[in-house]
Amino acid sequence: MKEAAELDREAPAIEVRALHKSFGTLEVLAGIDFTVARGEVVCVIGPSGSGKSTLLRCVNLLEEPTSGTVLVAGAEVTDPDVDIDQVRRGIGMVFQSFNLFPHLTALQNLTLPQRRVLKRDKAEATRIARDRLARVGLTDKESSYPAQLSGGQQQRVAIARALAMDPQLMLFDEPTSALDPELVGDVLAVMRSLADEGMTMLVVTHEMSFAKEVADRVVFMDGGVIVEEGAPEQVIGAPGHARTQSFLSRLLDPAAARISPSDD
Amino acid sequence: MSMTRRQRTRLVRSAQYAVLGVVLVVIAQAADWGEIRRAFFDVEVAKAQFPDIITTALVNTVIYTLLGFGFGLALGLLLALMRLSQVPPYRWLAIVYIEFFRGIPALLVFIALGFGVPLAFQVALNQYVTVMLALGLVGAAYMAETIRAGIQAVPKGQTEAARSLGMSQGRAMVSIVIPQALRIVLPPLTNELILLTKDSSLVYLLGLSLSQYELAKFGRDALNQNRSLTPILIAGLCYLVITLPLGHLVRRLEARTARAR
Repeated sequence: MKEAAELDREAPAIEVRALHKSFGTLEVLAGIDFTVARGEVVCVIGPSGSGKSTLLRCVNLLEEPTSGTVLVAGAEVTDPDVDIDQVRRGIGMVFQSFNLFPHLTALQNLTLPQRRVLKRDKAEATRIARDRLARVGLTDKESSYPAQLSGGQQQRVAIARALAMDPQLMLFDEPTSALDPELVGDVLAVMRSLADEGMTMLVVTHEMSFAKEVADRVVFMDGGVIVEEGAPEQVIGAPGHARTQSFLSRLLDPAAARISPSDD
Repeated sequence: MSMTRRQRTRLVRSAQYAVLGVVLVVIAQAADWGEIRRAFFDVEVAKAQFPDIITTALVNTVIYTLLGFGFGLALGLLLALMRLSQVPPYRWLAIVYIEFFRGIPALLVFIALGFGVPLAFQVALNQYVTVMLALGLVGAAYMAETIRAGIQAVPKGQTEAARSLGMSQGRAMVSIVIPQALRIVLPPLTNELILLTKDSSLVYLLGLSLSQYELAKFGRDALNQNRSLTPILIAGLCYLVITLPLGHLVRRLEARTARAR
């Protein structure tokens, strides 16, 4: 098995080559090539069903690609001989539906993975957990169970849980899509501060203002391929492709989408 | 002249109460209460059952049940994991086991372990071991299916979150999925405990010494000595002392689960 020590310090954070993924006869990813540099914040946008979540899930192998290669910090995660658990330790993931462990308190949600995976002792795991909870502004919620927290608080605990593992890279899969509108801001603020600290982030999102302000680069996907990518002011501000334009206009003006004949 | 709906409802309900009243009066008149009391509740016979029916029989029933439940739960968890295994032979073995032991009477298992095994292998199993195996082997088949359903009821996102944090498949199962699955199956497992409590009465087949009597055997023995149903009635009440609180517990657990959703 290949060890983490072999990870290339100079390699890009994520490198995806000729990635294909099919579910049965449905081709969800039809050949994706892209790279995320260290410290870069990349937002992936696109209509639902465009394959953006599947792309994200292929990076830490929650979905097994049909073909193609994915390298994370130089380690080929698609290689059957690589220790995927080892690679995943360095990749934090935040889900749309939070996926906190409901039988554990907020603090235990953070300490259990540290203790079981990183073998940290109880005192150290607790110290780090409290630090990460403070970072997301939830120090006073450490004894609460997930069911006692609002959606926004749960998502911030989920971010803190990922951060407690000291990841090199964070994946966000529509982190605010399940939230009530008034709770979105707190979660985005935490993500923004992470970006400011230089965390490498790959974010699937529908929050255009977040993408515009925070992303170094925006990737627009449709039909399982990357249609357009570039600086946010270019892709969101002045899109070059008709598909990007129609997606953005529908997103910004939902009322127009309902009467649009091209809408499915 | 037709009745209003309210009048009709009242009339029908009154008629139902009237019928019930007549039946009760007839029974009360026809029955020989002295005879019934002697047969079912002879105070002298009842007094004679205490304290042994509690200190020996009730205690043994609880011990037998817990032994069987403990072994059955462990084996049931193992079978549930085999049933969900990626390796087909494990799945097949689990299915064959579950179908077999769910499909035969517990009575046969008691006979097989109590008499078959000692005859065939020339060994005498300890009484407690026999009971634990017999109750556990049967209980495990039911509990395995319950636990499997519980494991499958834990959302897939829980495993994904655990794996994304670097936990192996086994670690995610042990630390994240199984604790939640057991919570989900607590009410049906408690029901299983109630069934096992009653099945423990089959121990009477095994030929026990006095100190090993459980409730059913104790009651039956006392019945022979007294020619009164009283000991059976008391034994029955003792079962209810165990099972009614458990049933109450099941309802509370179910209410808690419903609230948590």
